[in-house]
Amino acid sequence: MSDYVLEMKGIEKSFAVPVLKGVDFSIKKGEVHALVGGNGAGKSTLMKIMTGVYSKDAGEISIGGKAVEINSIHDANRYGIAMIFQELSLIQTMTVAENIFLGEEVTKNGIRDTSYMNKKSKEVLESLGIEVEPETVVSTLSVGMSQMVEIAKAVAKDAKILVLDEPTASLSDSETEHLFHLISDLKEKGVSMVYISHRMNEILKIADSITILRDGVIAHSDMVKNMDLDSIIMHMLGSGEGKKFDWVERSYDETAQDLLTVEHLKVNDTISDISFSLKPGEILGFAGLMGSGRTEILETLFGRRRMQGGTVKLRGSQVALKNTQDAIRAGFALIPEDRRKQGLVLIHTVKENAILPKVSRLCKRKVFVDEKRANAMVEDNVKQLNIVTDGIHKRINLLSGGNQQKVVVAKWLNMNPEIIMLDEPTAGVDIGAKAEIIDLIRNFADEGKGVLFVSSELTELMAVCDRIIVLFDGKITGSLSRREIRAEEELQHAIQQEC
Amino acid sequence: MQSSKSAKKSIQWDKYMVYIIFVVVFIVFAIALGNKGFLNKNNIINILRQTAMISIMAVAGTFVMAAGQIDLTVGATAAMTAMFVSLILQSTNSIILALAAGIGFGCIVGAVNGILVTKFGLPAFLATMGMMQIVRGSAMWITDTSAVPIGNETFCKIFGIGDVAGIPVLILWTIVFYIAGVLIFNKTPFGRHTLATGGNETSAQYSGINTVKVKIIAFVMSGAFAAFAGILYAGRLQAGRYSYGDGDEMSVIAAVVLGGTSMSGGTGSVIGALFGSVLMGMINNALILANLSSAQQTVVKGVIIVLAVAMSNLAQKKNRR
Repeated sequence: MSDYVLEMKGIEKSFAVPVLKGVDFSIKKGEVHALVGGNGAGKSTLMKIMTGVYSKDAGEISIGGKAVEINSIHDANRYGIAMIFQELSLIQTMTVAENIFLGEEVTKNGIRDTSYMNKKSKEVLESLGIEVEPETVVSTLSVGMSQMVEIAKAVAKDAKILVLDEPTASLSDSETEHLFHLISDLKEKGVSMVYISHRMNEILKIADSITILRDGVIAHSDMVKNMDLDSIIMHMLGSGEGKKFDWVERSYDETAQDLLTVEHLKVNDTISDISFSLKPGEILGFAGLMGSGRTEILETLFGRRRMQGGTVKLRGSQVALKNTQDAIRAGFALIPEDRRKQGLVLIHTVKENAILPKVSRLCKRKVFVDEKRANAMVEDNVKQLNIVTDGIHKRINLLSGGNQQKVVVAKWLNMNPEIIMLDEPTAGVDIGAKAEIIDLIRNFADEGKGVLFVSSELTELMAVCDRIIVLFDGKITGSLSRREIRAEEELQHAIQQEC
Repeated sequence: MQSSKSAKKSIQWDKYMVYIIFVVVFIVFAIALGNKGFLNKNNIINILRQTAMISIMAVAGTFVMAAGQIDLTVGATAAMTAMFVSLILQSTNSIILALAAGIGFGCIVGAVNGILVTKFGLPAFLATMGMMQIVRGSAMWITDTSAVPIGNETFCKIFGIGDVAGIPVLILWTIVFYIAGVLIFNKTPFGRHTLATGGNETSAQYSGINTVKVKIIAFVMSGAFAAFAGILYAGRLQAGRYSYGDGDEMSVIAAVVLGGTSMSGGTGSVIGALFGSVLMGMINNALILANLSSAQQTVVKGVIIVLAVAMSNLAQKKNRR
C-alpha cells in the first residue's frame, strides 16, 4: 500500500535528556538514503532504535506497511535490517565463508558442509562483484574488503535494509570507488540503504534522498537532487540558536618564540608531511573529517605511534619522542579520544585515576607514595574542576561521562604540562560539563601554555581556537585564523574540500 | 545511582571474603577437631611453617596476577633452585655463593618469562607452562633425579629448621617477605603501576607507564621469590630434590585468588594472599587430623581451587554491573 519499505513515525527517545523529539524517517525500496547531522543530533540513536539496540520511548515503526516491534538485533535481522558497523564485526580468524554462514552453518549428517557453504558464499560474492575467495581468512583482508564481506554477509541473510555508518572513513580512494559500485549494484537488486556520513561530497554523489537531523528533530528531508552542499550545511547548522558556545576573543604574544614547532612530520604513508607551529598561550584547532589524520598526529606527538620522519622542536630545541614517557617528560599531555579505553582504568577509583601519571613523582623519601599529598591533590582537583562525586575513593565508572572526562583532564593538569592535546574531549559529555571543559582549556592557555584541540564539533572549535588547521586525507589543506572565519559554514566548506 | 550502592557492597564483600571464610573455617575446625589437637600451639605453628613457601611465593604471585598475568613456573623454579643451592654448598660450602646463584637463577627464569610474554607476545599461561617443564626437567636431569644432601648446618638453621626465641625461622621469613610485599604493593608507585597495567593496559600506556617493564619486573619478582622458597625447601629438608614444589604453582594461584586478587588483573591484596595460603594450609592440616587419605585430601584441595576461582569470577561480575 505504501512504497516505503520502512517507516518510522514520531520516534522519541530520552537518556535523562531528550535525544529524539518525534522523528519521522522513511525509506523507499532500493534507495540510498543519507542521514546527516552534527554530533549529538541523534543519528546513531535513531539507527540504534531501528536496529533494535535501543528501545524507543514513543512512536511507531512499520515495515512494508505493517506495524512491527523491534526489540532486539535479532528482531531487526528477522525483518531484514542489518547494520554495518564502523568497527567491523567479522571474526578475524575465520574464513570469509565461515563468517557469512556464522550462526547459520549448513550441516550434512551433523558435520559442517564446508564445500556447500564455500560454493554458496562464492555465488553471493560473485553476484555482488566482490573479488575474494570464500576460503580466505578475514584477518588477511584489507579494511575495505572486510567491509564488503560484511555487506555480503548481510545480503546473504536476505537483508532488505542496510545501515552503513561512516563506511568510507578508513577506506582508500580506490576502495571507496569499489564500495560505491557495490552500493549501486545493491540498489538495482532492490536493497535500501541508510548512509550515514559527514562527507557531503559522497552523499551528493551516491544518495537519492537525504534526511538532516538537528538536536533531535528533522531539520529537513528531501531528494538529494534538490540539494547542494550549501543547503545541506545550512540545514545542519540551523539558525544558530543551537550554538551554545561563544567565541571569546583572546590574545597571546604572536611574536613570541614558538612553543612547539613541528616540521615535515611523517606518521604513515598518508600522513606524511605535517608542519605547524604553536605559540605560548595559543589554542590551535584541528578540523577534519574522520580519518583525516587528526588523532594520528596527536598520538605521534605523544609517542604512541612511531614517528617516521620530520622533527619536533620545543622552544627551539629538538626533542626525541620515542615513547610516551619521553613525550610526558618533554611536557606533552594527551586527553585521548576514547576515554574508557585509553583515558581511565574503569575499575579503579577517582583518586587512583587522577594520580596515575604523577604517582612516581609523589613520593616521600623517594620510595613510598605520599598518600596525604595525593589525597590533597585529588581533593583539590575535585573542587577546582567541579567534579561531581561522593568522594575521591569512588569508583570512576560510577561517575557520569562528563565527570569522568574531568578526571582525565585533572590527571593531566596535575602533571603541569607545557602542551595539552585534546582529542574529542567533549564526546559523550553533557552540555554543562562541555562548557566547563572549554573554560578549563582557555584558562590553561591563558597561563602561557599551548593547546592542540581536535574536535568534530565545529561550534566548539570556533568557540575556543585562535587558529584552525584544516586536514583532509592526511594533508594540511588550510590554516585559518579565527578572526578570518566569519561563519561555521566556511569551516564546514573547508573540511569538505570545496571552497 | 542505585547501582552505586550495590557495587559498593560487592567490593567490600570480595575484599573481606577471605577473612570471613578464614574465621568461619577456623571456628568450625576448632570445634570439630579441637580434641584431636587442632588448637594445639604446636599444630598452629606447624600450619604456618608448612605454608611458608606457598605464602612467600604468593606475595609475588599477587603482583603477577594484579598485572593480569599468571606464573606457572614457581614450583619448578623452587625445585631447581634447591638443586643448585645444594650442589653449590656441597662443592664450595659457601652460603653467599649458593644464595646468589639460587636467587640469580630465579631472576633469570622470571626475566625469560617476562620477555616471552611482552616481547614475543606469548600468552603468560603458555609461556610459563613451557618454562615450567623446561625447569622441572632440568632439575631432574642435573643429578639424574637423585637427591643432594646438605651438610652445612648453619645454612639449614637459617633457612629451614632453626628458630629465634622459639619462633621457627620459616615463619620469620614469611613475615619479612610480607612486610616487604605489602609495602611495595600498597605504598610504592610500582604497586600502582602494576594495578593500572592489569586494570587497563592501554590506559596505563597512555598515562606514560611502561607496561612492558612492569610485567617483566613482576615476573622477575615471582622468579626470585620462588627461588627463595626453594632455598627454604632445601634448608628445611636439608637436601635438594627435584620434586620440591610439585603443584605449588596451583596452590599459589589459589591462595592469591582466595586473597581477593582477580584473575583478570587490576585488583589485589598481598595480605589477603597470606590468609588464602594459611587457609589452605589449615584445611590441609585439618584433613590430615580428620584421618582423610591422601587421595581424599587431593580431591578436597581441587574443590577449594574451583570454589576460589568461582568466587573470584562472581565477585567480578557483580563489580562490572
